[in-house]
Amino acid sequence: MDTDLMLRVYPFFLEAALVTIQLSVLTALLGLTMGALGAAARLSRFGVLRFIGAAYVSVFRGTPALIQLFILYFGGPQVGIQLEAFEAGVIGLGVNVGAYMTETIRGAIISIDKGQREAARTLGLSQFQGFYKVTLPQAARLMVRPLGVNLNMLIKSTALVAAISVVELTYTAQRYIGSTYKPFEMFLLAGILYIIIIYTTGRAVAWLDRRVQIT
Amino acid sequence: MSDNPEFVQIRHAQKSFGKLEVLKDISLNVARGQIVAIIGPSGSGKSTLLRAINDLDPLTGGEVWLDGTQVNKSLPHRQYEKHINAMRQDIGMVFQHFNLFPHLTARENVTMAPKLLKGLSDREADALAEEQLDKVGMLERIDYYPSQLSGGQKQRVAIARALAMKPKLMLFDEATSALDPELVDEVNQVMKKLAEEHITMIIVTHEMDFAAAVCDRVLFMDQGVVVEEGPPWVIFRNPKKERTRAFLRKHLENAP
Repeated sequence: MDTDLMLRVYPFFLEAALVTIQLSVLTALLGLTMGALGAAARLSRFGVLRFIGAAYVSVFRGTPALIQLFILYFGGPQVGIQLEAFEAGVIGLGVNVGAYMTETIRGAIISIDKGQREAARTLGLSQFQGFYKVTLPQAARLMVRPLGVNLNMLIKSTALVAAISVVELTYTAQRYIGSTYKPFEMFLLAGILYIIIIYTTGRAVAWLDRRVQIT
Repeated sequence: MSDNPEFVQIRHAQKSFGKLEVLKDISLNVARGQIVAIIGPSGSGKSTLLRAINDLDPLTGGEVWLDGTQVNKSLPHRQYEKHINAMRQDIGMVFQHFNLFPHLTARENVTMAPKLLKGLSDREADALAEEQLDKVGMLERIDYYPSQLSGGQKQRVAIARALAMKPKLMLFDEATSALDPELVDEVNQVMKKLAEEHITMIIVTHEMDFAAAVCDRVLFMDQGVVVEEGPPWVIFRNPKKERTRAFLRKHLENAP
């Protein structure tokens, strides 16, 4: 194993890791937004919205994220959607992970006992007041861990955007293999940086989860 | 005894779940300050009737009135929501499984609705929480979370939470049924205290002794109808209907 080479190129990999982190953060924010909207739609009292929410989840969980990215980035221009690779990556992955987060958020909300809602309504709270004062604070605590799992998957799936030439960690590894012919070292380096990002995120999620639990 | 014999009015209450008719044309008046117990076997419709009073389980037919206002008015969705939220502020409810908010302390459970709906300041709300929790004997646990309380203590906090809205009417849905036997009495004591203050109460219960000791009137329900009603000394000592006698034989030590 050529450790000298690894030490020489790792600063470039660090830079690429920053791109992976940026991508992950933006994707997570978009995913959470989509997830909240998706869950709201799925739990709506309007049939049309429930249908749209269910269709969103089925379509984006039912097709490979890579195909979704390809349709957006390579197919987009044909229908007038011109996006930079990075933008396409954030939007494509964000909407994809949003479908998973929709189910996470919805699951947490419906797991709250209906007696809680009844108690809130009985006191005179409106449906909305009952939701944000009683159901949501309890559901949010239940969401932390499963959303952490979604986040873990999301970070790993950012590797897919190498296929649409976003210069992130995986793409960078591939590029250096082109010039060094050392796939083992280059992918190992990328792998090490991925695990650092993911392990740190996992610890942060576990910390947050402990913090929000009710005594 | 009362200035308003038709404080609570249930007129021809009817409720079906599909083909199953759980309430069959029930009419009932409760006077202000009166304490009414509803007894009967499970599945008799007594909880459904109670939950219809604040429209938690809407009736399929009939009307519920409280203090001159119809609770289950037929209104467009938005107006109805506004109307029912205002009505429910006047109708306290206590549940079998307490339904305390687990993410809030006893104090916060009590203050949430008054702060949100009546605009109480933090200081006013705190004073209210102390007053109400003191009334149910829970003042020393004011900053405990529900998970740190016993079942009886939880139910007492739930009663304080309902009382904090200063309701005109209190509904108790088997408030002691989920409690360990040794915890039942502390909740009964609190309810007795409310009875002495002449708060209008409708109590669905399995506790015949409690109903006999505290209530002004007892309704025996079976299969969606009120089979028999009257003062406790009549219902428990000298019921006229055979169905009532049969039920009491199972639930009273020395039944008639």
